[in-house]
Amino acid sequence: MSPSERQTLLDAPGVAGALERIVQQVVEFAGGTERLVLVGIQRRGADLAQRLAHMIAARWGTAVPLGVMDITLYRDDLQTVGPRPIVGETRLPVDLDHRCVMIVDDVLYTGRTIRAAMDQLADFGRPARIGLCVLVDRGGRELPIQADIVGTKVDAHADDMVDVLVNELDGRDAVELVKGGKT
Amino acid sequence: MTVLSLGKDLLGLEYLTKEQIELILDTAEPFKEVSERTIKKVPTLRGKTIVNLFFEASTRTRISFEFAEKRLSADTVNVAALGSSVQKGESLVDTARNLEAMRIDMVVMRHPSSGAAKFLAERIRSNVVNGGDGMHEHPTQGLLDMLTIRDRLGKVGGLKVCICGDILHSRVARSNVWGLLKVGADVAVCGPQSLMPGGIEELGVIVFRRIEEAIEWADVLNVLRLQLERMEAGYIPSIGEYYRVFGVTLERLERAPRELLILHPGPMNRGVEIDSRVADGPHSVILHQVTNGVAIRMAVLYLLAGGKPELAEAAKGMQEAET
Repeated sequence: MSPSERQTLLDAPGVAGALERIVQQVVEFAGGTERLVLVGIQRRGADLAQRLAHMIAARWGTAVPLGVMDITLYRDDLQTVGPRPIVGETRLPVDLDHRCVMIVDDVLYTGRTIRAAMDQLADFGRPARIGLCVLVDRGGRELPIQADIVGTKVDAHADDMVDVLVNELDGRDAVELVKGGKT
Repeated sequence: MTVLSLGKDLLGLEYLTKEQIELILDTAEPFKEVSERTIKKVPTLRGKTIVNLFFEASTRTRISFEFAEKRLSADTVNVAALGSSVQKGESLVDTARNLEAMRIDMVVMRHPSSGAAKFLAERIRSNVVNGGDGMHEHPTQGLLDMLTIRDRLGKVGGLKVCICGDILHSRVARSNVWGLLKVGADVAVCGPQSLMPGGIEELGVIVFRRIEEAIEWADVLNVLRLQLERMEAGYIPSIGEYYRVFGVTLERLERAPRELLILHPGPMNRGVEIDSRVADGPHSVILHQVTNGVAIRMAVLYLLAGGKPELAEAAKGMQEAET
């Protein structure tokens, strides 16, 4: 893949700025930090959720509960795919009843991951409210699901790949559009 | 990136690679958490039908498989040899083909004949999981033993594991030997000469004649059940003598140069192969094994169900798109 096909949607300062806006909106959405629980979707959503938790701790002085969720076991395509996807860790640190759960993911695309995530959350309890925040909304929904909080939007074609890079896994922060990257 | 698959069946650890064994152990990790939830269920195998076909008595293994199946939302049917058409003389293949005609997806089978699982797997389309076949293998037991060792000691490769007791008749011993050797553990066996299969050294296994030597050498002891029929058949002089010579007692463990981990596949004969104080003591991980059994079986069922080789490319594309 030649570098010219890559287009930067957010560079490192862009990601930082987006997270600044997101964290403000997350706390507003939850009406403060008291009932808020952050749940990151494996894997990059989990890293982003952890960043948001650090930012909340620094700014509001509250350690909000932080969970991670792998949605593989709730996928709707397990009957049709071949050798099984690797299952990651799911760990929800608190009882979700009466909490405001903010699902954090890197990219919102078809909405199927979020459908699976909500089904899984329902097996853990009955939150007072569930919200969704994503770093990028790339369009292309296949289910009636929308994010409450969005870092940036791009109207990506089905052949394109939206690549979210995080320092923890990729050594740098960026959001990039790879034209024709989905082959 | 190669996508690892277990293929259609799980027949024994002899037929798996190190990587496949590690895939099962790693996949079991997230399934442990499912059993800790208030709602112990995920929808993963919704719509799959699994038959537990047990031609031999079993409590623990059958219940463990059934929990695993139910926690994955599969529909399950238990068929015991007693009271079924098997008693009327129906052959194994006919029984299985009749079940398959009812559109089942998987069979978990325990059978008194060695090789029965392989025989069945070659003749039906459904996935077959060996739940113990004669004196051959009991792969999910071998896997749950390795998972338990890894939980407590952080690894399996490089550890010294000794399997003690009736090695000759034990499918648990065989699955452990194969599995442990593949992941790079040092393996020994210890038991009476009469209960030791000939030529076992050729597999790369150390043989100890005295339990004291095994205890001095090992990091882990996997103590097998001594079936009381063995005494009647003349393999050992008496239960009392077996305990005196081979019993894993607290006194013997206290002389060990290091802390040992004690496993037992159950059901235990307290005061025969194992001292009650050991079975209930701090070295014992016997109940941890039982807990891990459900997670291992969930992992195996998950990995086998729908593991169609022709779909490997699709899965590969999907995983790449996600990462």
